[in-house]
Amino acid sequence: MEFFVISLLNGLSYGLLLFMLSSGLTLIFSMMGVLNFAHASFYMLGAYFAYTIASKIGFWPALIFAPLLVAAAGALVERFGLRTVHKYGHVAELLFTFGLAYLIEEGVKLVWGLAAVPYRIPAELDGPLFTVFTSSFPKYRAFMMLVSLGMLVAIYLVLTRTRIGLVIQAALTHPETVEALGHNVPRVFMMVFGGGAALAGLAGVIGGNAFVTEPSMAAAVGSIVFVVAVVGGMGSLVGAFIASILIGVLQTFAVTIDASLAGLFGAFGVAVTDATPFSSVWKLTVAQVAPVLPYLLLVVMLIFRPRGLMGTRES
Amino acid sequence: MQQSSAPVITGRTMRYRPLNLARWVIWSITALLMIVMPLIFTGGFAVTLMSQMGIMIIFALSYNMLLGQTGMLSFGHAVYSGLGAFIAVHVLNMVGAGKVWLPVSMLPLVGGLAGAFFGVLFGYVTTKKSGTTFAMITMGIGEMVFASSLMFPDFFGGEGGISTNRVVGESFLGLTFGPGRQVYYLIAIWCFVSMVAMYAWTQTPLGRIANAVRDNPERVEFIGYNTQRVRYLVLILSAFFAGIAGALSAINFEIVSAENVSAVRSGGVLLAAFIGGAGVFFGPVIGAIVFTLFAVALSDLTKAWLLYLGLFFVMMVMFVPGGIASLLLMQLPLVAKKQFGRMLPSYAQGAVAGVILLAAAILSVELIYKVQVDSANGTVMSLFGIAFDAGTLTPWIVAAVLWAVGCLAWRWAGSKVRAQLDAIQAETGGLA
Repeated sequence: MEFFVISLLNGLSYGLLLFMLSSGLTLIFSMMGVLNFAHASFYMLGAYFAYTIASKIGFWPALIFAPLLVAAAGALVERFGLRTVHKYGHVAELLFTFGLAYLIEEGVKLVWGLAAVPYRIPAELDGPLFTVFTSSFPKYRAFMMLVSLGMLVAIYLVLTRTRIGLVIQAALTHPETVEALGHNVPRVFMMVFGGGAALAGLAGVIGGNAFVTEPSMAAAVGSIVFVVAVVGGMGSLVGAFIASILIGVLQTFAVTIDASLAGLFGAFGVAVTDATPFSSVWKLTVAQVAPVLPYLLLVVMLIFRPRGLMGTRES
Repeated sequence: MQQSSAPVITGRTMRYRPLNLARWVIWSITALLMIVMPLIFTGGFAVTLMSQMGIMIIFALSYNMLLGQTGMLSFGHAVYSGLGAFIAVHVLNMVGAGKVWLPVSMLPLVGGLAGAFFGVLFGYVTTKKSGTTFAMITMGIGEMVFASSLMFPDFFGGEGGISTNRVVGESFLGLTFGPGRQVYYLIAIWCFVSMVAMYAWTQTPLGRIANAVRDNPERVEFIGYNTQRVRYLVLILSAFFAGIAGALSAINFEIVSAENVSAVRSGGVLLAAFIGGAGVFFGPVIGAIVFTLFAVALSDLTKAWLLYLGLFFVMMVMFVPGGIASLLLMQLPLVAKKQFGRMLPSYAQGAVAGVILLAAAILSVELIYKVQVDSANGTVMSLFGIAFDAGTLTPWIVAAVLWAVGCLAWRWAGSKVRAQLDAIQAETGGLA
């Protein structure tokens, strides 16, 4: 029971972090048709900016300023990079963001070095929040969930209750009409790209110190975020939310389960030894398989429901 | 109904097939270059470099069957070459242990078949989608294979990889494949055969319909083809050639590790194919040569070679989306109209501006690198034989001046090139 509660909470906090990343990706994709390969790189930039700001003036200013800096970087990338490439089509845009991911990773190595930087949790958030029997739940995890949920509500309100949100929603489906009504659609695109980058940056600020801030962190989380986007259904925010939570919980539970198929066979009286064919497959524990599970989910999803959980159309 | 009114077929169709002399000349020169190059550059480094180029050419061309010919952007192509390499290395070890008989020179075929097998397996899932989603799924598959490489240490050899010995079996005509040059010629032969095969493939009905799937999948559906099936078949063929490249790399390096299936490899082949030019058949060949030079030669000179490669790639995507090959093809009409000589002065000005910008970029990157990463060894450094101290202000000012001068010169040279091109177009009536 205690294991279940703690794992569930950990999984939820990880899933919410994934959602902060995938929501920006999904918004940018559904609006501009651009699959932003460098999205996880903005997550990394957020963590590194936060590290630098936090070491100078503290964590709380970093929580505000680092995402703003990332947003500015994202807006610049859209204005001077993507807009130039746009005329060559979507593949060129994808390739551009792919190259950008390379550049950001190498740039980060150049500026902050190859090793992980000591970006730590602030002292006031360090320590356990509550204890279930013997396991404790850290305060910082709760803070992560709080920030993510706050962000989630904020996006929802901005998109549905404000004028700019309505313009964005309209520009998603009818860019020409919105333009004819006198709105500057390219600027809306730039804002959405910057906003999506800021969301990723914020995820980096709160994720960077919960995990490790190092140059390979973008690549580590990037592919998972893509899996979330495909499993949830390309361009669906609700789908991205469900998929994020699903994958977050799935991975957190999987790494703690130490069962294998060999054990299952053993329960039915079939002993697995080294002589059994494919013994290395049967002996794998669920914990060992955990890193592959999101991708397996992706494959299964594509075979049985190619449009994703909440996707509306087959691409 | 219409069949009955069709004219009687006389059994012979007219075909217009002129002798394509240029094609024969180009392929002969390619073969000749492959034979002669190691006789001119006999050094060990040169032979290693050329061997890697040969492998990369096959790999990049096989990748371009997807990207350039069928319009499928894959981020996981290293899966097929890597798994082909792993199967090949296991077979080679079995040959070494005397369990199976196979000449080493035929090992690439094993790698190719293994690649095709995994193409059949993974391609079934990936080719269900096209476009952007296909790109993401290939990346997911790539990550999955890479992550499972640590789960099955028996097959993937864990962290250290699987090493082998290519000198096995009885030697054939004195060929043991011990010396590097023999390996080079093995790679060269397979490379040439693969190049010819892949070129021939572009002329087959499947190759043609693949181009149609790239250009307009909807119309292809309307004329009765299943685009998913076309993508699947092309992917299997492409995986076959990627497997050949993988097996050759296993023979060349005598070790295969998880790095062979990694996203770094997949990204590398994408970079190579795109930089060379995905729209033209020989583009990836140029790209493979440039990429290998970057990866092997430049990585010896500077730690920041990936940054340079990334910058080069982004610049190509933004300003020359057709790759190096498209730049070369742009000159052909000029040469045909004998106007190329008139372009040379403005091209030279562009080259000078480019060199200044390149110097500015290199100086800035190396300065930042020295100060941020390598400052423990002191801030004194040297570039192009000029020694200076990165801790002082002078080199930074020089870099800033180079940037400013370079940018101005580039704009000026660009307008000159455009003006000259326009003048030639006006004179030749827009033919050049």
